Amino acid sequence: MRTLLIVFVKEVIDNFRDRRTLVSALLMGPLLGPMLFAFVINLSIERSLSDMDRSMKLPVIGAAHAPNLMRFLQSRNLEIVDAPADREAAIAAVKAGDIDVVVIVPAGFGAQLGAGEPARVELVSDQSDQEAERDARRARNAIAAYNQQLAALRLISRGVSPTVLQAINVDDVDVSTPSGRSGILLGMMSYFFIFALLMGGMYLAIDTTAGERERGSLEPLLSLPVTREQLMLGKVAATCMFMAVSLMLSLWSFFFALRFMPLEQLGMTPNFGPGVVLAAFFLLAPFILLGAALMTLVASFTRSYKEAQTWLSVVLIAPTLPILVVSILNVRPRLEFMFVPSLSQHLVLQDLIKNEPLQWLHVAISVTSTLLLGSALTWICAKLYRREGLLG
Amino acid sequence: MIVVNGLEKSFGTVRALSGVSFTAPDGRITGLLGPNGAGKSTTLRVLYTVLRPDAGTASIDGIDVVSNGLGARRRIGALPHGAGLYPHLSGRENIAYYAALCGIDKATADDKVAGIIDLLDIAAFADRRTKGFSQGQRTKIALARALVHDPQNIILDEPSNGLDVMAIRSLRELIFRLKAAGRCVLFSSHVMQEVAALCDDICIIAQGRVALDDSVDGIRERTGCDDLEDAFVAAIRMVADE
Repeated sequence: MRTLLIVFVKEVIDNFRDRRTLVSALLMGPLLGPMLFAFVINLSIERSLSDMDRSMKLPVIGAAHAPNLMRFLQSRNLEIVDAPADREAAIAAVKAGDIDVVVIVPAGFGAQLGAGEPARVELVSDQSDQEAERDARRARNAIAAYNQQLAALRLISRGVSPTVLQAINVDDVDVSTPSGRSGILLGMMSYFFIFALLMGGMYLAIDTTAGERERGSLEPLLSLPVTREQLMLGKVAATCMFMAVSLMLSLWSFFFALRFMPLEQLGMTPNFGPGVVLAAFFLLAPFILLGAALMTLVASFTRSYKEAQTWLSVVLIAPTLPILVVSILNVRPRLEFMFVPSLSQHLVLQDLIKNEPLQWLHVAISVTSTLLLGSALTWICAKLYRREGLLG
Repeated sequence: MIVVNGLEKSFGTVRALSGVSFTAPDGRITGLLGPNGAGKSTTLRVLYTVLRPDAGTASIDGIDVVSNGLGARRRIGALPHGAGLYPHLSGRENIAYYAALCGIDKATADDKVAGIIDLLDIAAFADRRTKGFSQGQRTKIALARALVHDPQNIILDEPSNGLDVMAIRSLRELIFRLKAAGRCVLFSSHVMQEVAALCDDICIIAQGRVALDDSVDGIRERTGCDDLEDAFVAAIRMVADE
């Protein structure tokens, strides 16, 4: 135990002085997540919110043929502006991407309308261009609304109630809670936490195994009157400690970052207060031992620092795969999923963030199965350290 | 005292040791001499328990290195070939880390570390981080680290590698001092002059076997060569002819 502590303290001090370890553990992991997250959130807010409030310029050819329609469009916050001279020029401009949408009102518009025939209006847009299509949709909707209004007036003038056209009325009843809606986007968060957690220990796992061998400091260390298991456990403990710090920082940096994100505007209210931060830490903590043991195990098989780095980047990606599959298939938490590390943490964490009641059986299985697997891997690490081939 | 008896060790198809036996008594300096790849390092690595022999035995002060590796390691201080330091720790911290792992309590350890720094005359750079140390500075710290717990048996693998003339001189003085204190010093080298200047006993190894094991005068007598270098060449030839 004393030896374990000595090795632990030395590795912590040693790595605290290593800028590379420090940057990856205390900066990269914890800050990368919130920054990426803020970026994505702000982007989606910008896209969905600005639509209706923003005044949009709408080029119209032949605006003089339909003064009432123009007035209606202006009331919808669409600003009628000069368009290209004719139809051909308009199509060319839209094709080239200079203009997103052009409305063409033919000269016979007023006459057709007066005769009660369907009056023709052309709307030129590039439907394969998503960005432009948003503006086109807005123009289309506005014209459709005008159409409905006119149709209703015509029915009323003939003594028919406009409701005869409404055989079925569909009302959407949305049962998702505000927190539940946020869950979709916030599902990303659990991956950032696991990523930060692994990043925190990556360089330690390398440094204490492949790095120590490459430096030539392993052989004299093994000639000391201590058992190899004790050395190994001390190293794994130091790796765990860096991972725990990294995870804690990552959780708190998300806590603060979320304060500055206008999530309510997206209809999200993530359940992520200080209490949840601490609960999330304890839910994710079992993964620390597993991650540390896994990374140490992989790194001790490699022959050099560089080789270890290559293999450990694979380890960094591995925990995302189950999360990814689950996010795409959108499956609900099930009991058997709780035996899969990283997936179980992700699912339990999602419930927590969505403010749904925690299923304690799930939590218990997630914690114990991950801890057991971590202990088993640590044991294998310690046994592996007895190998002669360790010195390469 | 170190006793080696019939050590054998293979790495895959390469036979590194095929029956090495010798004794390094207390109060004497024993040199393990041999050309590159003769099996010197392999023998020493078995002694400080990093390698396990395929056959044969080795003991430190009567403690078997295979069955009781931990006990054997308590009795030795080892300087492996090309021993590395921790670049983010100072020289003193590197030494103190080993003192702590050897089980020396904090209060005594500080004195011991200060003592060995004094003895090896490395105070000038002991408190700097070892990143950027010269080869000689590194070797001295590694040597201090190996000796900090005052071991009875000292195993040095090519300790003079990369040292300048002054450093080699002080290393030689240190080894003589350890001998005078009744310690068992075993070191390997491929430099004839160094061995001749230092050793009481010489064990010449070639192709994983002991060619000659005797005192310096004994070796001169048995090979019929006055010059030790000629004796070395003659001994190597004897193995090759067999």
